[in-house]
Amino acid sequence: MTRIDKKANGGNVAVSVRGLVKHYGETKALDGVDLDVREGTVMGVLGPNGAGKTTLVRILSTLLAPDAGQATVVGYDAVRQPRQLRRVIGLTGQYASVDEKLPGWENLYMIGRLLDLPRKEARARADELLERFSLTDAAKRPASTYSGGMRRRLDLAASMIGRPAVLFLDEPTTGLDPRTRNEVWDEVKRMVGDGVTVLLTTQYMEEAEQLASELTVVDRGKVIAGGEIEELKAKVGGRTLRVRPADALQLRPLAGYLDELGITGLASTTVDTETGTLLVPVLSDEQLTAIVGAITARGITLSSVSTELPSLDEVFLSLTGHRASAPQDTVPADAREEVTV
Amino acid sequence: MSAATVTPTDARIPLRGHLRHTGALIRRNLLWIRQDPESMFDALLMPVVFTLLFVYVFGGSIGQALGGGQDGYVQYVIPGMIAMMSMTLSQGVGTGFSQDFNSGVMDRFRSLPIGRGSVLFAKVSVELVRMLFATTVLMIVSVAVGFDIASWPGLFAAVGLSAVFASSIMWVFLTLGVVLKNAQSVQAMGFLVLFPLQFGSSIFAPTDSMPGWLQAFTDYNPLSTLADAARGLMVGGPVAHDLWVTLGWSVAITAVMAPVAIHKFRTKS
Repeated sequence: MTRIDKKANGGNVAVSVRGLVKHYGETKALDGVDLDVREGTVMGVLGPNGAGKTTLVRILSTLLAPDAGQATVVGYDAVRQPRQLRRVIGLTGQYASVDEKLPGWENLYMIGRLLDLPRKEARARADELLERFSLTDAAKRPASTYSGGMRRRLDLAASMIGRPAVLFLDEPTTGLDPRTRNEVWDEVKRMVGDGVTVLLTTQYMEEAEQLASELTVVDRGKVIAGGEIEELKAKVGGRTLRVRPADALQLRPLAGYLDELGITGLASTTVDTETGTLLVPVLSDEQLTAIVGAITARGITLSSVSTELPSLDEVFLSLTGHRASAPQDTVPADAREEVTV
Repeated sequence: MSAATVTPTDARIPLRGHLRHTGALIRRNLLWIRQDPESMFDALLMPVVFTLLFVYVFGGSIGQALGGGQDGYVQYVIPGMIAMMSMTLSQGVGTGFSQDFNSGVMDRFRSLPIGRGSVLFAKVSVELVRMLFATTVLMIVSVAVGFDIASWPGLFAAVGLSAVFASSIMWVFLTLGVVLKNAQSVQAMGFLVLFPLQFGSSIFAPTDSMPGWLQAFTDYNPLSTLADAARGLMVGGPVAHDLWVTLGWSVAITAVMAPVAIHKFRTKS
């Protein structure tokens, strides 16, 4: 496969997954998954609930044995070399995996000791990471008194104690409010800046776009698409610019004007009369700027402007649309087309 | 960071590593007690309540039947209480373990390069600390109600024997903690196991007046032999047979249940 060849040239592979299978009775949590993560990059694994994301992370972090296939992390096999593998990874689960009854500092110190740091170093590392994750003030309080965001930050700090080469983040922001989610994103970006390789699972396209350089889309235990995030965005149609003219009567003339300009290329604008807005698909920041510039030049007053990323649903619709000919597809192709129209 | 920079010497964990890990986890479990002192209430109150209950409610009539009155019954029942206490408290190890499983922290432990046994050994160690605390309370109360410690070395030997037996039975509760869904089920199941063992024994009353089929059970019930051995050690009387039978049970239970608990823990997904 050309995609894998390209990766091999781009750097060492830190995480490699081949033909991974895990069944729970009738349920195929993983049904032959292949995946590569290059060193120092962030791989986003995007998929809905039940797609097999958590199962993948649990196998990679040695919590679960696969039924078939191979998973290696920096060359260590998850089944045959679990102890060596555990030394090089950090894990932040979907549910905060810290001891809630223990103060933040004690949580980090304990993990330092479990990772064989000498007492003095374990203490220093706990102090350092609390400082870095802005938790110094809460160091002595039990983690049960922390807010959701603080707990998640403590969880990330705990994952960083052993200076892991590879970090697994299983839905790191699920259940967090938008502000806290941004905090967690910032922390993850800083970790990546330190050179950690990250495999992150998420249900949100926005999160994947913020953090990941490459994306693997999974559904029902299978990889349905993968590649550079820009490639995929192009495939699924990128962002949508939504503008509302202050004067609703301007709506249709504006749509006609933009279509005539031809900035948007092949895709055409859509008029949403219900909300009085115009939807313009955009593929790049340059395009976005050009469109806004053109509207301004025309002298049309706007009452609101926003850009929207495709939702997971939309990504799935456009991606599974490509697979319409696949024989194992259970959804009839025409039914899906009706939805996409 | 490539695979080559990772030291490959870590495949096996040295004994010092196991001790370090167990130590860090013992510290964790002790901090739990500091954070939540109420968790020691059972260890504090159970010996007080049971001693007062048995000595003052049943003590008079059982003592009369035994021929020594209430004071005689105190000498009889207190060593038995040590045996009972060790059993009842070891149950806590299973419920605590079950709670760990239902929080995310167990995933963290299992993704760390530590021996699986460390997590279990730490639990057992801390539970033994709780047990020693409860035994100390029990001895203070028992002296207050008139118990006569005939032999201090005997007392320590009895407590030691109870601790050995308790640590073996804890592997049963750890297994229940891994296998059963939640702490409530562990407690309910533990109660079902403990109740017949405790009352179908010589802890509270001599077994001579029981029907033959029950005597057959009580004679081999390790709680009977533990209570009888403790009685022999603390107040005097024959010890050897009961001591060996109790130790035999402890070794057998540990040999079977410790590997089962560790295996179940290792393979739980």
